[in-house]
Amino acid sequence: MSLLEAKNITIRFGGLTAVSNFNLTIDDNELVGLIGPNGAGKTTIFNMLTGVYKPTEGAIFFDGNRVDGLPTYEINRRKMARTFQNIRLFGDMTVVENVLVSCNHATKYNLFDAILRTKKFYDEEALLREDAIKLLKIFGIDDKADTLAKNLPYGEQRKLEIVRALASKPKLLLLDEPAAGMNPNETADLALLIKKIREEFKIAILLIEHDMKLVMGICDRVAVVSFGKTLVIDKPEVVTQNPKVIEAYLGTENGGITREKKIRD
Amino acid sequence: MKIKKKLIILISVLIAYGLLQGLIALGIVDNYFRRILVSIGINIIIALSLNLIVGITGQLSMGHAAFMSIGAYASAVSSVALHTPLVVSLLIGCIVSGIIAAIVGYPILRLKGGYFSMCTLGFGEIVKVAFQNIDSLGGARGYTGIPASVNLTFVFFSVVIVFLIVTNLVNSSFGRTLRSVKDNEIATEAMGNKAQNYKMLGFITGSIIVAFAGGLYAHYITYIEPAMFNYSKSTEFLTFIVLGGIGSNTGSIIGSTILTLIPEVLRNISSELNELRMFIYGVIIIIMMIFRPQGLLGTNELTIAGIKRFIIKVKSRFAGKNKIQKEV
Repeated sequence: MSLLEAKNITIRFGGLTAVSNFNLTIDDNELVGLIGPNGAGKTTIFNMLTGVYKPTEGAIFFDGNRVDGLPTYEINRRKMARTFQNIRLFGDMTVVENVLVSCNHATKYNLFDAILRTKKFYDEEALLREDAIKLLKIFGIDDKADTLAKNLPYGEQRKLEIVRALASKPKLLLLDEPAAGMNPNETADLALLIKKIREEFKIAILLIEHDMKLVMGICDRVAVVSFGKTLVIDKPEVVTQNPKVIEAYLGTENGGITREKKIRD
Repeated sequence: MKIKKKLIILISVLIAYGLLQGLIALGIVDNYFRRILVSIGINIIIALSLNLIVGITGQLSMGHAAFMSIGAYASAVSSVALHTPLVVSLLIGCIVSGIIAAIVGYPILRLKGGYFSMCTLGFGEIVKVAFQNIDSLGGARGYTGIPASVNLTFVFFSVVIVFLIVTNLVNSSFGRTLRSVKDNEIATEAMGNKAQNYKMLGFITGSIIVAFAGGLYAHYITYIEPAMFNYSKSTEFLTFIVLGGIGSNTGSIIGSTILTLIPEVLRNISSELNELRMFIYGVIIIIMMIFRPQGLLGTNELTIAGIKRFIIKVKSRFAGKNKIQKEV
């Protein structure tokens, strides 16, 4: 039984079919990449998996349960966490508080413990903070635990997004373009980091990325989508040889007109 | 260590209270000034409650006076008709306001930004008109004969308790999530927190606390009328927290204290200024918004550690200047 199974998911916005018949399975501790040209529907697929959109057709199974149409917070509680393409940190909160928000529903004290400041409150808070710092340490940003998230440099903000997602102890982590806006060196670091996360936390990862080198270097399997349709799902070396993928990315040989251009005309 | 901290708070509160009583006994704080202190206290409670909704949870409520009037009327009716003791009356006011806040908040907290504000604005007007038309509550003439059971001591300890409740709430996992909702609702939900529940928590708690303040007000003034809780009152509450810094509890205290004092100070300086006092009040707020739009404290809190750091910073800056001058 695979961890995540998306069966024929389709979503239409009015007359536009953004994603049609997308199929994907992810096993435990597997690293799958999701690539495709701009506007292919990658983020839409992400949003369906994480409950932002409800698929018009099809079903999504996660850990044996059907999850399509559930609200985002419920999906997160079922151990699927995500990051955002455009960074969505809590800028006015400190780094460690950002992480703590994610452990929130696991907090064991109630409102009265918080207002009366019982022993349970202090113990639980200390425990949560310790865990959060431990997690930050793995990513080397524990020394900035008390700075405001908006004051972090860009690369560290991206890291913090990943830490925050990991703090909810997911079984599947969805990374939406983690390398966006990074230079080649930072991207190479990120590749190592993703590998490390996978080994250390024993979780499955679904990665959306534009950077082909990153995807081909670390993923077990790669799914390629274009204009809402799945072109191929296979091992990276097979995918790069697939004529359809080459066409989607580089255009066809005859005439040199890309499919994107055809649509525009 | 935690018990020690609690003890320090308790002792400093008692010292402050002793000081206040001493000043009253010495005649420095006269009856007139005592009235001002009570209204400052009530306004602090209101500012703290509104800050919880607007500053912490990020929901711009423009009908906060409505919940104050609900608390004032409910507790006043309880005292007059049922002869309940003060604390029970205040509790009844809080409960009624909390229930109404839950009923009203459930649908309207799903709205975003300006739409939410418009709904609270409308709600405020509805409540005012409703009270004006209920004859058994005196209608537009107001409700009289409320026992004058609130005194400065009661208000003083109410402020302390409300402040502790609000700060403890804000500095817990609940408060963290409230602030995260203000910062980014989508990310809050993606991290497994139902934003609607937290918005409800902030809104209902704020409405309960302001109803408490309304009850205090009613039992101090002994007379309430619907026009006391109109739209301009809600706006006045907003200016308290805007001046002090939206999102800062200590800022709310400073903002409400200053804005309650200004009209009274101007009234006493000279009779000409007395006529101009609302004008000057407005000018002060405009100047404030030009030069410090984030409010006096911004989102920072005034803490003892913060004051120490500030003193060290100022000292080192002066020391640095002296050094440079010597070298020159």
